[in-house]
Amino acid sequence: MRRRSAYCATVWPHSLVPLGDRAVTIDLSAVAGDATRDLIRCLDAHVRDACPAGVTAIVPAIQSLTLHYEPTLLTFVSLENYIRATLATLRIVPAPTRAPIEIPVCYGHDVGPDLDVVASTHRTSTAAIIEAHTAGLYTVAMIGFLPGFPYLEGLATALHTPRRAAPRTGVPAGSVGIGGQSTGIYPCRSPGGWQLIGRTPRALFDPNRPSPSLLAPGDQIRFVAISAEELHDTTEYA
Amino acid sequence: MSLVVRQPGIQTTVQDLGRPAWQHIGVPVGGAMDSQAHTIANLLVGNEANAAALDCAFGGVAVQFEAPALVALAGRDITASLDGTPIPPWHAFRALPGTLLVLHTGCRTTIAVAGGVDVPTELDSRSTSLRGGFGGWQGRALRKDDRLTFDDPSPLGARISSHLESRQRIVSDWSASATIRPPYQAHPVVRFLPGPELALLTAASRDALSHDSFAIAHESDRMGFRLSGPPLALSVHREMLSSGVTAGTIQLPPGGAPIVLMADRQTTGGYPRLGDVIAVDMPLIAQLRPGDSLRFDPVSLDLAHALYRERDRQLTGATRAMHLRFAPGADGSR
Repeated sequence: MRRRSAYCATVWPHSLVPLGDRAVTIDLSAVAGDATRDLIRCLDAHVRDACPAGVTAIVPAIQSLTLHYEPTLLTFVSLENYIRATLATLRIVPAPTRAPIEIPVCYGHDVGPDLDVVASTHRTSTAAIIEAHTAGLYTVAMIGFLPGFPYLEGLATALHTPRRAAPRTGVPAGSVGIGGQSTGIYPCRSPGGWQLIGRTPRALFDPNRPSPSLLAPGDQIRFVAISAEELHDTTEYA
Repeated sequence: MSLVVRQPGIQTTVQDLGRPAWQHIGVPVGGAMDSQAHTIANLLVGNEANAAALDCAFGGVAVQFEAPALVALAGRDITASLDGTPIPPWHAFRALPGTLLVLHTGCRTTIAVAGGVDVPTELDSRSTSLRGGFGGWQGRALRKDDRLTFDDPSPLGARISSHLESRQRIVSDWSASATIRPPYQAHPVVRFLPGPELALLTAASRDALSHDSFAIAHESDRMGFRLSGPPLALSVHREMLSSGVTAGTIQLPPGGAPIVLMADRQTTGGYPRLGDVIAVDMPLIAQLRPGDSLRFDPVSLDLAHALYRERDRQLTGATRAMHLRFAPGADGSR
């Protein structure tokens, strides 16, 4: 079912993968290296700005962009033509440079119950883990899985830690964890298998904010250590 | 105008047709599990298809009306009663103040009330986001003693009510025709479009997927239906990056038991994609209970779209027919 388009394939190698009868994934995994991120950011912005009637959702991911559509308003062929024409003429503009967003985190205590496990896995102190985690500059690769959940790139190799053998049934909202090669923040209470090292008072998702998700793809973030008192006093969670 | 939840059942939520446009920030689409039943139940009481209604998992649900209401039930294997008198699904009926509607059994039942359930719109929808904890009624499933209000009926809904009233009927003597209702079965054949990783299945697994039946496992919920059957395996390991998924996506987690994603699915997923159930067959899956089973049948995108447009034509035609039949001045007879 993989339809490969010959047209303009020399410009941006892509394939259109129908995702059922009401969505299509534009697979851009063949685009070389760092260009993928800029391409997906610009394609997302372009389609969001002026998409054909019948496109119901635009979902960017790390190496793809998925368009959901209403088949009574838009045929697959016209959507295919639109995507190819867009990819052929898309202008790639550099990402706006913005200062990293600071995410305050209270490490350890009862809100980071696995901090000791992570430290002992790496045969070091909890202070060294906190230092390494706050030293990193992380990039939001995509938002997905849960409302406002950022997939973060940039976790130092020295912090890679296997997931818990038995996932927790309820990880509290705001929990900051490490799972394998990734680090992330749970925006809402959810089951989860990551090692929990701390908690942030910042609400990653609030449906009542004009921009419900705190973070967007391409954002850079830094973690900043705060005390348990600060966490308690500034928490944005109910 | 309001109703009070006397028995919430296993999981009853307020749902409309969902919020597709916020998937880029990870918000599940949500909405009615069986959008076709939801649409028809709303039509029977004169509502727009997207009006908010109750979406009930299985039976054991009881609601008491505090004001006169025009109501309809839609779904599979429904038994219900109003103050002890049996009420058929796919009909409109009048609930008088104080009457108790009991849904004894059902799979995924829509209870639609003329005017629609009046809850705030959040992110363009009245649907409950259980995972996000927002939308619908206080962002959660209904509990005993919750009191929900409903809006004024539409002009069409009001005319249907007066039609029943003038004939001194509680239940309509007309109903949604079988041609617009999904052909529910306990063991349906479900059509799907092959997905990118289907070709990576071992020959034995490909054979099993197209010939064997898969039972709905007990761990199924609004996010996804887990299937139990012959374990499926890929012939090669492929490292996957998360990308968009949709309602109906058949994922294959490492354990080898496929999952069909349902209304509250996450927006992106990183498991191999064996295929996607076509839109017109999603109601058939939504109405399966643990222990029911299904078989898969691959079809083409062109056929899926032809079936989709045909169903849309039928529902549009039924809507037009309701408006004609209950036009101002018409007497509601055929």
